[in-house]
Amino acid sequence: MAITDIKEFSHLTAADVEALGRELDQIRLDIEDSRGIRDARYIRRVIRVQRALELGGRMALFGSRYRPAWLAGTALLSLSKIIENMELGHNVMHGQWDWMNDPEIHSCSWEWDQTGPSEHWKRAHNYQHHTYTNVVGMDDDLGFGILRMTRDEPWKPINLLQPVANVILAATFEWGIALHDLTAASKLEGSAKGQLNSQANKDFARKIFHQVGKDFVLFPALTGPAWKSTLTANATANLVRNLWAYVVIFCGHFPDGAEKFTVAEFEQETRHEWYLRQMLGSANFNSGKLMGLMSGNLSYQIEHHVFPDLPSNRYPEIAVKMRALCEKFDLPYTTGSLFKQYLLALRTIHKLALPDTWLIATSDRAPETSSELRFRESGFKDAAMAMVEDLRTDPVTGKRVGLLTALKSQARSRMPKRKK
Amino acid sequence: MGLKDWIEAPAASVVPAARSKLNLLRGAAARLTTPLLPDDYLHLANPLWSARELRGRIVEVRPETQDSATIVIKPGWGFDFNYQPGQYIGIGLHVDGRWHWRSYSLTSPPNWENKKISIAVKAMPEGFLSSHLVGGAVPSGTIVRLATPSGNFALPDPPPEKILFITAGSGITPVMGMLRTMNRRGQLPDVMHIHSAPTESDVMFADELTALHAEHEDFVSKVQLTRRDGKFKLSSLDQVCPDWRERQTWACGPLPLLDEIEDVWKAEGIDDRLHMERFAVSRIDAEADGGTVTFEKSGKTITVDGATTLLEAGEKSGALMPFGCRMGICQTCVVPLVSGHAIDLRSGKQHVEGERIQTCISAAAGDCTLDA
Repeated sequence: MAITDIKEFSHLTAADVEALGRELDQIRLDIEDSRGIRDARYIRRVIRVQRALELGGRMALFGSRYRPAWLAGTALLSLSKIIENMELGHNVMHGQWDWMNDPEIHSCSWEWDQTGPSEHWKRAHNYQHHTYTNVVGMDDDLGFGILRMTRDEPWKPINLLQPVANVILAATFEWGIALHDLTAASKLEGSAKGQLNSQANKDFARKIFHQVGKDFVLFPALTGPAWKSTLTANATANLVRNLWAYVVIFCGHFPDGAEKFTVAEFEQETRHEWYLRQMLGSANFNSGKLMGLMSGNLSYQIEHHVFPDLPSNRYPEIAVKMRALCEKFDLPYTTGSLFKQYLLALRTIHKLALPDTWLIATSDRAPETSSELRFRESGFKDAAMAMVEDLRTDPVTGKRVGLLTALKSQARSRMPKRKK
Repeated sequence: MGLKDWIEAPAASVVPAARSKLNLLRGAAARLTTPLLPDDYLHLANPLWSARELRGRIVEVRPETQDSATIVIKPGWGFDFNYQPGQYIGIGLHVDGRWHWRSYSLTSPPNWENKKISIAVKAMPEGFLSSHLVGGAVPSGTIVRLATPSGNFALPDPPPEKILFITAGSGITPVMGMLRTMNRRGQLPDVMHIHSAPTESDVMFADELTALHAEHEDFVSKVQLTRRDGKFKLSSLDQVCPDWRERQTWACGPLPLLDEIEDVWKAEGIDDRLHMERFAVSRIDAEADGGTVTFEKSGKTITVDGATTLLEAGEKSGALMPFGCRMGICQTCVVPLVSGHAIDLRSGKQHVEGERIQTCISAAAGDCTLDA
């Protein structure tokens, strides 16, 4: 079972949660007050770079019958598509740049280079995923309706195919997202399942027509004799972007330590508990400036989920404060290398392909769904909980003792004793 | 839809009036660059080549008085010079990373020849953008965004035979546009202009008014210097302009003056001859004190307090409102603020017209209109 009581799980009192929330509110206000010319320059520069890459790529592909030109064109186009998707499309549509009041860089008007219409995506992603983050049964991004990513979903024989489904999803990620968003849009629109001429379907068809037409008909046709190699280059660039987006997204919510929640927890949630859920439900991966750009700064998924509408270029500085807060409240700050985070997500995908009876950990203690019950289990009560409840501050260091310490001590006590 | 229409479609929303081969080309290019428009590339090369929205380049900032200036702008591609004298134009200026929008009256006559327009701006202590423009912080060459000229405060063509203008302060600017137009067309009829300003040095376009007065015997310019002579009394109209009741009157200035004029004209039963422009002064200390909210597209109106979000207000009034998370994170409830002020309930920050606002976390600060 996933977390049903976030206060108990996080070892925080209501007053603690409120104090944490107030500090996060302050971080938001500080960033809002300091947004200015420096940030505007950043996003404009990224836009210029992306457009230059795209132009360069398209140009190079005119000579794509020659292998080096094909490689160069494909690489430039892949880079362009990745930046357009992550740092531009995703973040602009979150409203991160709406404060500039620039109609061309605005969540209302941005259309992205993907098969799904951005209007659909905003509904499914900005609204549903970011409001109901990791609430099992409410956040459809949990496995995107294809993968079983938590033990709270009952195992079905079809899940045995999960490793294959995962590869297919990765390769066709934009289509997975587009169909996923279409379902959400249709549901919100209230159109019947078989109704082909619904507004959502029409918008979807129009977008696909433009998108596919551009990459797979118009541009290849334009390069004349090089049409075949342009076609493969465009397909490759789309594939590269799909794989990359998939990896980045999967590292955001599926590595161990990114927690899931039940509907019951969500229903009684305060605004500050919402912050806490976003923090505990997300995972980061380490990144420098370049990796930040290429991942749309989703390497700072925790910061992004707490402040989805603050400009992405500010996440690194928010992260410094966020880490300090986590330390202060003894909360885990889930991060690691991209490689490690992805392997953890991959492990869950493969593990959950199997029936629960084959798995060792209980649902309450499993890395992909732990809950507050893990601390109530006999054997741990004494070690972790007793300490946490009786001594909320460490007598020696004066440091708060909370979730992170509890998780560590639990992990230690589970490790086999080494022989001397 | 014919093939030509289909090709033009992506560019058609931009300048529907001016269909040209260029539009055809833009439309065709848009098919290739989807989801971006050719604009997204073109304006990187030259910011004036945008067809998606109107733009202009400031070519001159000319001081009028100590606290006012004329801004001459050369509009870019697609600007329609066929505006009516007296109308205003929306202008967007980039300051510290944000685009700020304000409306200013056009002072230039509609003119296809030198393809320039001008506005006159008076620095208001509470007007952030006006001080910025007048204070010399905006050099020539600066690119601005422009909105199509609009407004009902306009001079018909041909103008009526007898006109009375009553202006005060920067209220003279739209009237200046009218005067210049009539003068340019050589059709300046019987015009009486009464203008109020505190002192001589505060009179915008003073030399031009004097010159017009000297050149045209039918044009009478009366300037009231209020610090010396006191406020202009409407009761003195019978002496200053005995046939004022017969004239078509255009009035522009501070709200108390306009209210007074309106009362007098109504009492005389001649308010059908009165045209007024009310400038709403931008407030900086606005609070969420509620007001009457108009939802333009749905044609609904509702009066709400300062604690009601605009989303709730819309839903209560029966307007069709986009909605989402209701907590200010998902941006699906964003709509443009057409006029008036709104306040972000989370941060207390003020939104002014021309901004797109999140209705779920904003409340009305006075009367406002939403494009929803």
